[in-house]
Amino acid sequence: MSYRRLLPAALALALALPAGAAELTGTLKKVKESGTITLGHRESSIPFSYYDDQQHVIGYSQEFMLHAVDAVKKDLKLAKLDVKLLPVTSQNRIPLVENGTVDLECGSTTNNLERQKQVDFSTTIFVIGTRLLVRKDSGIKDFPDLAGKNVVTTAGTTSERLLRKYNEEHKLGMKIISAKDHGESFLTLETGRAAAFMMDDALLYGELAKAKRPGDWVVVGKPMSREAYGCMLRKGDAPFKKVVDAAITRLMTSGEAAKIYAKWFQHPVPPKGLNLNFPLSDDMKALFAHPNDKALD
Amino acid sequence: MNYHWNWGVFLARTPSGESTYLGWLLQGLWWTVALSLAAWALALLLGTIFGVLRTVPGRWLPGLGAAYVELFRNVPLLVQLFSWYFVMPELLPRAWGDAIKQLDPMLQQFLAAWLCLGTFTAARVAEQVRAGIGSLPRGQRAAGLALGLTLPQTYRHVLLPMSFRIIVPPLTSEFLNVFKNSAVASTIGLIELSRQSQQLVDYTAQPYEAFIAVTLLYLLVNVVVMGGMRWVESRSRVPGFIGSK
Amino acid sequence: MYDFDWSSIPGALPILASGALITLKITATAIVVGILWGTLLAVARMSGRSWLAWPAAAYVNLFRSVPLVMVILWFYLIVPQLLRRGLDIPASYDIRMASGLVAFALFESAYYSEIIRAGIQSVSKGQVSAALALGMTGGQAMRLVVLPQAFRNMVPLLLTQAIILFQDTSLVYVIGLADFFGSAYKVGDRDGRLVELLLFAGFLYFLACFGASVLVRRLQRRVAA
Repeated sequence: MSYRRLLPAALALALALPAGAAELTGTLKKVKESGTITLGHRESSIPFSYYDDQQHVIGYSQEFMLHAVDAVKKDLKLAKLDVKLLPVTSQNRIPLVENGTVDLECGSTTNNLERQKQVDFSTTIFVIGTRLLVRKDSGIKDFPDLAGKNVVTTAGTTSERLLRKYNEEHKLGMKIISAKDHGESFLTLETGRAAAFMMDDALLYGELAKAKRPGDWVVVGKPMSREAYGCMLRKGDAPFKKVVDAAITRLMTSGEAAKIYAKWFQHPVPPKGLNLNFPLSDDMKALFAHPNDKALD
Repeated sequence: MNYHWNWGVFLARTPSGESTYLGWLLQGLWWTVALSLAAWALALLLGTIFGVLRTVPGRWLPGLGAAYVELFRNVPLLVQLFSWYFVMPELLPRAWGDAIKQLDPMLQQFLAAWLCLGTFTAARVAEQVRAGIGSLPRGQRAAGLALGLTLPQTYRHVLLPMSFRIIVPPLTSEFLNVFKNSAVASTIGLIELSRQSQQLVDYTAQPYEAFIAVTLLYLLVNVVVMGGMRWVESRSRVPGFIGSK
Repeated sequence: MYDFDWSSIPGALPILASGALITLKITATAIVVGILWGTLLAVARMSGRSWLAWPAAAYVNLFRSVPLVMVILWFYLIVPQLLRRGLDIPASYDIRMASGLVAFALFESAYYSEIIRAGIQSVSKGQVSAALALGMTGGQAMRLVVLPQAFRNMVPLLLTQAIILFQDTSLVYVIGLADFFGSAYKVGDRDGRLVELLLFAGFLYFLACFGASVLVRRLQRRVAA
């Protein structure tokens, strides 16, 4: 009983003390006090964020995230920072950041105005176009060719919403399948259930590289949207965002980011040595020259 | 960080505008009920067949019945569902597989979930049928045969009617299980009740209301089914047998 | 015909093994907690005191009416947030494993409690009367006379329930926890070899569960004998 009565008193005391980290708020304060930071990552988003065979999280976004964590550690002058990795999915990533489970998520998450109502985004780490993966001999060249066809996309992504809206606005009569993960989407395409797979082009190149016969597949279509991937952090946490943004900007202006790009998009990547052969787009060149945190929609 | 209760959220329009969130819930309920009833019908049919097979004389037919039950009882429902959805169309002759894959996606998901739940539950029904037949006095079979009925006739007119009336209570619990197991269909994308709860969380950011509403709907289904089965049970009870009053 | 490519599996064995460990952890926890908590629930329901019996019955019926998938989601998406608000717990803790363990333990308790209740009822009333006549209290009669016999009768059913539970743990897939099924699925998703990994996982589940149910049946025969 006395324990319970003591606890609030102790808390009040702790809060009243003029600690050295008095100016810290939000995530930085939490990280400083707990000595840990929780990072959200994807499990199979090749090559952005995924597990290799030793269950290490690797990928393009993961490297950006780890650099940001280094910057946080330096900023807080911590000798040791425990990094907790928490796998997230398209469906749960936003709630997990919002409710404080995850401090920072760098994977393949689009920064858009709607999501900005729920979370904040760091400086953009990647720019994609939403396009279509189809069988080479399917005759599908662009979105209008999808009329009346089964089209698959991954649930909870911006592509899903875009595609539904497009279908209704243009009365195309597409049947839209929402698969749970990109791999499931591709399986739906590969097994002939869907004629096309709409998704971010970089991810489509990733899926294409995994195909049993990569030569059968091709990415087509004028991008329905261009989207900026950013790292998600809790809304309204400006000091934390500043540290993360600075770290990402530094990578881009120093030329380090271009090397990370080449490593993940133009060389073989684990676990099976696939090469995505995805050339650096003009959007990406512009981003590396002028890092920013703008949503593109 | 106080939670803002908003039960009015169910009357709000969904983003696509053609329905309210309540409409989504009811649609989810409809799919849950339709899937469960269809799967139950399949389960009763297959379950009776394989249950009977396990009790007929000989070696091969009972073996077949046993193999069916073991296969479907020893693989997790989730694995079975993914297999019906992703693997089965690949193993069929190409033309059939392609025909299935050109169906409306919702229909494909329904078909896979129906076959999965039906065959899975059939294994459990088969066990009950076998137990029911086994619980009858041996004399019943002998009497049927002695009256000049063939073996199929003995099953049709003597053994099955009796054993079904005995196994109503365990079948009730299997019937309830079908409704509960149907939630697994959410994993292949069928927008049934439990998938709607997650969708409502995504779209409305009112998780408590969504979860409470869906849980209450499952309870409601449960109460209705239990009430219905109790009625069946009271009508079908065999005087003088176990469980009769 | 689909052309199968099993090459992802050998490299992924360490991932699959750590997934299997999680499956076993959840199963074991749910069995132990389920039997303990389930026994208390069963005894409470049969205690004849309505303030004990009523809540226990409500608990059991509630959990038995709701799909396991929903229970897992409740304990992942809803309950932790409630606890956090109520107890002011820091939010950085990876709750999936804890959520899964709690959800399974509480859910299975309801099912175990029903098995145990039936087991207790299978012990003839004369035994209780005899124990009471010997001067035992109701609690002593339950603990020393009824439960030991009830458990002996129940062992095969409890084990069969454990096999079902072992299969059901695959449902933690819905909260993204990498149990054996979850890790197989994730490897398949990552490598574009879902079909192969699903079949492989299904085959191993079958071997494990079929083996276990053969053993249970053998035990059943010995108990019955």
